[in-house]
Amino acid sequence: MSEANMTLGHAAVGHSAPPMEARPFAVPSKKLVMWLFIISDACTFGAMLYAYGYIRNAAPDWPHHFESSSIINVALMTFVLVTSSLTMLIATRNAKSGDKAGALRFTWITIVLGLVFAALHLREWSSMINAGVGLTSNPWGAPLFGGTFFGITGLHLVHVFSGAIALTVVGLGYKRGRYNADDIEIWSLYWHFVDLVWMFVVPMVYLLNVAQ
Amino acid sequence: MTAEGSLKNDLMIYVGILVLAGVQIFLAYHSPGVLRMLAVAAVQAVLAVMYFMHLKDEKSTLRLALVPATIFVLVMMNMVWADSYRLIHMRPFPK
Repeated sequence: MSEANMTLGHAAVGHSAPPMEARPFAVPSKKLVMWLFIISDACTFGAMLYAYGYIRNAAPDWPHHFESSSIINVALMTFVLVTSSLTMLIATRNAKSGDKAGALRFTWITIVLGLVFAALHLREWSSMINAGVGLTSNPWGAPLFGGTFFGITGLHLVHVFSGAIALTVVGLGYKRGRYNADDIEIWSLYWHFVDLVWMFVVPMVYLLNVAQ
Repeated sequence: MTAEGSLKNDLMIYVGILVLAGVQIFLAYHSPGVLRMLAVAAVQAVLAVMYFMHLKDEKSTLRLALVPATIFVLVMMNMVWADSYRLIHMRPFPK
């Protein structure tokens, strides 16, 4: 008798559910979907960075204009974002161990650090715009520098803001009991991804263009 | 592994990622190069993905489903360099 017939036979006489094969990934479907989103977003940022490299390589006058003050600002932004990843990790650990208050505390700290990062970034944007750098203009050389810079850092900033909003919604839902520790963990994956992207944006966009 | 031991590991990874960021800044001023920067960034990414995102603790089938395909797509994007170098000399076709 085939396995399918045995299954039907069991169902027809009201036996318990047939044995199922082990789940291939052993994660909740929400978590798998978040991972799939992360790898698709990684390819999106990869495409943006490759396009940036393509243009930079082909441009004869790519500006090397990031002074030490900009690099110090970028180092501070990196410290803030990596620290926010750590606080989100602690929030997830607290949520998994049942410490709801601790999980919420570190989630709010993560959101605040994310907004501090965004504020530092917008301050830098403001100084560059005041210096004349725009989407199609650049007083220091190749006009596409502005477009690629604001495009890549802007896309990352959108992810930071989206993550802050999502963590706020999930945090409030977790507090009210609508969401559980799994949801905190799933959105911590997104936040770590945002941090991971920044680790590639910093060397490619900033550190390769320092003023020597 | 106790919860405290795991937090200690997390802190070590956190410090490691920050140290690598410092290495990148040092390289920027003393020995800049795209491949060097990417190599350091790749180490940071592996630490973040394996330990912060806990992919190390997941089933190997999940790692196999996610990682090779992503790396393949990102590596295949290197096809753009032929055209980028063509543009430097404004040739109608790559050399």
